[in-house]
Amino acid sequence: MSESLGPNSAEQVIEAVQWAVSGNASFEVLGSGSKRPYGRPCQASQALDLSALSGIGLYEPEELVMGAAAATPLSEIEAALAEHSQQLAFEPMNLSALYGGGGGAGTIGGVIACNLSGPRRPHAGAARDHLLGFQAVSGRGEVFKSGGRVVKNVTGFDLSKLITGSFGTLGVLTEITFKVLPAPQKLRTVLVIGAGDGAAIQAMNKALQSACEVSGAAHLPAAVAAGCGVDRVSRAGGAVTAIRVEGPAPSVDARCRTLRGLLEEFGEMGQLSSGDSMALWRQVRDAVFFAGDGQSQVWRLSVPPAAGAETAAEILDAIDGRVYYDWGGGLLWLAMAPLADAGYKAVRGALKASGGHATLVRASDEVRASVPVLQPQPAALAALTARIKDAFDPKGVLNPGRMYEGL
Amino acid sequence: MRMPEPDAGVISRRSEIIAALGAIVAGEGVIFDDDELGAYECDGLTAYRQLPLLVVLPETTEQVSRILDFCHLNGVKVVPRGAGTSLSGGALPLADAVTLGLSKFNRIIEVDFGNRAVVAQPGVTNLAITAAVADKGFYYAPDPSSQIACSIGGNVAENAGGVHCLKYGLTTNNLLGLEMVLINGEVIRLGGKHLDGGGYDLLGLITGSEGLLAVITEVTVRILKEPQTARAVLLGFSSNQAAGDCVAAVIGSGIIPAAMEMMDKPAIHAAEDFIHAGYPLDVEALLIVELDGPEAEVTYLIERIEAIAGDVGALGVRVSWDENERQKFWAGRKAAFPAIGRITPDYYCMDGTIPRHRLPEVLNRTAEMSDRYGLRLANVFHAGDGNLHPLILYDANVPGELEKAEDFGADILRLCVEVGGVLTGEHGVGVEKRDLMGEMFSEDDMKQQQRVKCAFDPDGLLNPGKVYPTLHRCVELGRLHVSRGQLRFPDIPRF
Ligand SMILES: Cc1cc2nc3c(=O)[nH]c(=O)nc-3n(C[C@H](O)[C@H](O)[C@H](O)COP(=O)(O)OP(=O)(O)OC[C@H]3O[C@@H](n4cnc5c(N)ncnc54)[C@H](O)[C@@H]3O)c2cc1C
Repeated sequence: MSESLGPNSAEQVIEAVQWAVSGNASFEVLGSGSKRPYGRPCQASQALDLSALSGIGLYEPEELVMGAAAATPLSEIEAALAEHSQQLAFEPMNLSALYGGGGGAGTIGGVIACNLSGPRRPHAGAARDHLLGFQAVSGRGEVFKSGGRVVKNVTGFDLSKLITGSFGTLGVLTEITFKVLPAPQKLRTVLVIGAGDGAAIQAMNKALQSACEVSGAAHLPAAVAAGCGVDRVSRAGGAVTAIRVEGPAPSVDARCRTLRGLLEEFGEMGQLSSGDSMALWRQVRDAVFFAGDGQSQVWRLSVPPAAGAETAAEILDAIDGRVYYDWGGGLLWLAMAPLADAGYKAVRGALKASGGHATLVRASDEVRASVPVLQPQPAALAALTARIKDAFDPKGVLNPGRMYEGL
Repeated sequence: MRMPEPDAGVISRRSEIIAALGAIVAGEGVIFDDDELGAYECDGLTAYRQLPLLVVLPETTEQVSRILDFCHLNGVKVVPRGAGTSLSGGALPLADAVTLGLSKFNRIIEVDFGNRAVVAQPGVTNLAITAAVADKGFYYAPDPSSQIACSIGGNVAENAGGVHCLKYGLTTNNLLGLEMVLINGEVIRLGGKHLDGGGYDLLGLITGSEGLLAVITEVTVRILKEPQTARAVLLGFSSNQAAGDCVAAVIGSGIIPAAMEMMDKPAIHAAEDFIHAGYPLDVEALLIVELDGPEAEVTYLIERIEAIAGDVGALGVRVSWDENERQKFWAGRKAAFPAIGRITPDYYCMDGTIPRHRLPEVLNRTAEMSDRYGLRLANVFHAGDGNLHPLILYDANVPGELEKAEDFGADILRLCVEVGGVLTGEHGVGVEKRDLMGEMFSEDDMKQQQRVKCAFDPDGLLNPGKVYPTLHRCVELGRLHVSRGQLRFPDIPRF
C-alpha cells in the first residue's frame, strides 16, 4: 500500500474520495485501525486515515443524545458519558484482547461500521438501534446525511440502519449522532453452577421468558469458566450460567429473588456483586476467554437461542474446539485449533437446520481472504447487495473486498 | 397534491391486465367494479382520494411474485396496501396502478415461545399478534392506537410506534425477520429468529420504506413477557410549559417510563366527554405516565415521579388503583383521535418529532399559529420521545379550510425541523409530507436515498409519487460527475 491520506475535515474527505473515483486509487478506511483484523482483508491502494476527525460536538445528557466526529475514540465517549452516569446501552465490544491488545477499543465510527454490540443486545438492541443520524461521504464523493438527533423519525429511508454494519463499504462516516441512556443504579448477576449446555439454554430461556427484564444471559461451560478472571466464576468447579439484572435498587433485589426461585432446579445458585458482575460481563462481551496466545481461530455465530446447544454440539462433533454462549443461547463464540479452511463447512453446515449466520472473527489474513468471513448470501440477496453497493460506491473505491470477495 | 401523470397506455390495457392477474389469483382475487373499488379509494388520510386501476388480493407469496413479475414486465405500477390506516397517504391509489392488498395474508404462521418469536403473515393485525400469545402472558410491544385495525406488514412498512415505544422501541427494534418480494418477482428472506443478520441491514432499511422497495409477505417479531405490575399516573398541570418541564425532568433524572403521554386542554375535554376516563378537567395539560416492572420497582419509581412532578408544580397526582382503572386511563388516550372527531367535522393529524426540551416553546408557537390561521388545535402525543401529534380542527365543507389546514400543518412541521426535529416520527411521509422533504434533506441527500430505491426497483414501479418530491430516472441518478483528476487540496496530510 502506498502513502495514507489523513483528511482534517469532511471537505477533505470529499476531495480525497473524488480523487480516488477519478481513477487514481481505492481506500482502506480507518478510524484507529483497531478492527483491521475483523472482516475480510481489504484490497485497497491506500489508507484513508480519519483519526483527525475527532471530538464530541454535542452532548445533552437530559436529552439522551450525543454527537461526535466519526473517529472520536470510544474511550473518550465512554468517559464523557460516565461523568453523567450514562452509557451506550448496546455495550460495544472491545476486540483488542482478541486481536492481541494494543489496538484499544477503537472509534465510534468503527463501532457503528461493524455494528458491534455486547451482551445487552437482546434486551437493549444493537448498535444499529442506537444510531440516530449520521453524515457520510459516499463512494461517489458526495456528502449525504440521514436521520437526525431525535429518537422517533421515519422521514425517508432509514439509511442509519443500512450504514451500520456496512464496514465502511457504502460511505465514509464523518459525523455520528446516537442515543445514550442512563447507566443502571444497581447491577447484580445471578449464577447457576453446574448446568450442562442444554439445561443452561433452558435456564436462560426461563429467565428471559420471565418478567425480570434480564439484561444479560450467558453460559460458560466448565472449561471456559475455569479461565474466567472472576474468582467466584473460575473457582465454581463447573459450568457457570450467568443472568444479569440491572436497574433501580429495590427492583434489582426483587428480581434477583424471583430469578433464584425460578432457576434453583438447574443447579447450585450464586450471586455476583456489582464489581464482579462488571468484570464478568466485560469478559463475556470481549471474548477474553479466547484471547489466549492469539493462535486459535475464533467464530461468532448468531442463531435462534433455543437452537444454541444443538448447534454447538454439532460443530464440536466435527471440530476440536471450545464454545461459550451469550444472548441466552443466541450467540455462540467458538475457538478452535487453526485449520486452513477454518472448518467453515462444519460451522456453517450446523446452521442449515435452524437458520442463523456465522462470522469468522479471528484468523490469519490468508485464511480470511480465502474463507468467506461473513455468511455467504443466496444469489438474489447477493445480487441485491451488489446493487446497493453500486448505488453508493459505483467504482468500488471504499474498502474493496472488506465484506465479500469482489464487493 | 400533484401525482405522477397517469400512463394512458396502461389504462387502455386495463382489461388485459385484469385477465392476466385473474389467471394468477383464482376466484375473487381481482376487484375491478367501480363500486367495490370505492372501498380502496383512500387510506386514513381521507382528504386524498383516487380509484385504483384495479385491486388484486393474492393469498400466497408465489402469487405475489407472479403478480409483481407481470407488472414489472408490462410496466404497470403497484401500490402495496395493508389495512389502509396510514395517516400519510402511503396507500393512496394511483389511477394507473394496481393496488396490491395483503388482507388475505391473515394467518399467524408460528408461535415460538422457546425463541420468544411470532411468525405472521403481513395482513395479520397488530393486536392479533398479542392475542395469539396472551394466554401465556406474552405480548408484542409496539402498540399503535390503530392496533385493532392496522396490519403488521403496514407497521413494518411505516415503522409504526405507539405509546409504549418509549421503553420498548418502535417496530424496527422489535422485528427479527421478514420475507419480501422484489418488483422483479424475486423472493428474499432476511433475518429469522436470530439477531443481526450479517451483511447489509436490509431488515432495517425495509422497515419504514413505505412500500417503495418491496412487498412484505411474512414477518417475524419478538414477543415479551407481560410486566409483573403496570400502573399509570395522571399528572395535571396549570400550563403546557409546566407539563413539558416535567417530561424533561423525569427523563433527565434517568427514569425511562414505559410510556409518557401528554394531552392539552381541548384533547382532555374531548376524551373525557367521550370515554369518561376520569381525567381532571380543571387543568391545562395532562401527563399519563406508565411505570412497569416488579412491584418494588413500580412503587419506587412512582414515588420519585411524584416528587419530580411536585417540584415542577403539578396540580394533582392520581395513581391507577387497579388494572381496570389503568385500562380506563389509557382508553381515554387511545380514543383521543376519534374523541376529537366528535367535536369537529374534520381534523388533520400532524406527526413531527422535536428535541424534548423544546416542547414548551413549540407548543406556544403552534398556539400562536392557531390564532393566526383561525383554526383550533388539540394536542395529544408521545411526550416522552418528543413525538408531537397536533390535530388541526377544520371543516372540509367550508371552501378553503382544507388548504388552510394544510398550510398550517406545513408550518408546524417546518417549526419542528427548525428546532432540530423531523417531519414525521411514526406516520410516514407518504404523499402528505412529500413536498416538505426539502425542509430536512438536501437534493444530494434525497438523490442518495433514491439510488437505494433504484437498487430495488429500477423502473420506479413500486408506489411512485410517494415520499420523494422529485422522481429522477435511475440512469440519471447513477451518473458520476467527477471532473477533478487531482487533489484540489494539496494540504490533505499524507503519511
Ligand atoms: C386512528 C388512528 C390512530 C393511529 N395511531 C397510530 C399510532 O399510534 N402510531 C403509529 O405509528 N401509527 C398510527 N396510525 C397510522 C397507521 O395505523 C400506521 O401507519 C400503520 O402502520 C399502517 O398500517 P396499515 O396496515 O393500515 O397500512 P396501510 O395504510 O395499508 O399502508 C401503509 C403504507 O405501507 C405500505 N404497505 C402496507 N403493507 C405493506 C406490505 N405488506 N408490503 C409493503 N408495503 C406495505 C403501503 O404501501 C403504504 O405506503 C394511526 C392511524 C389511525 C387511523
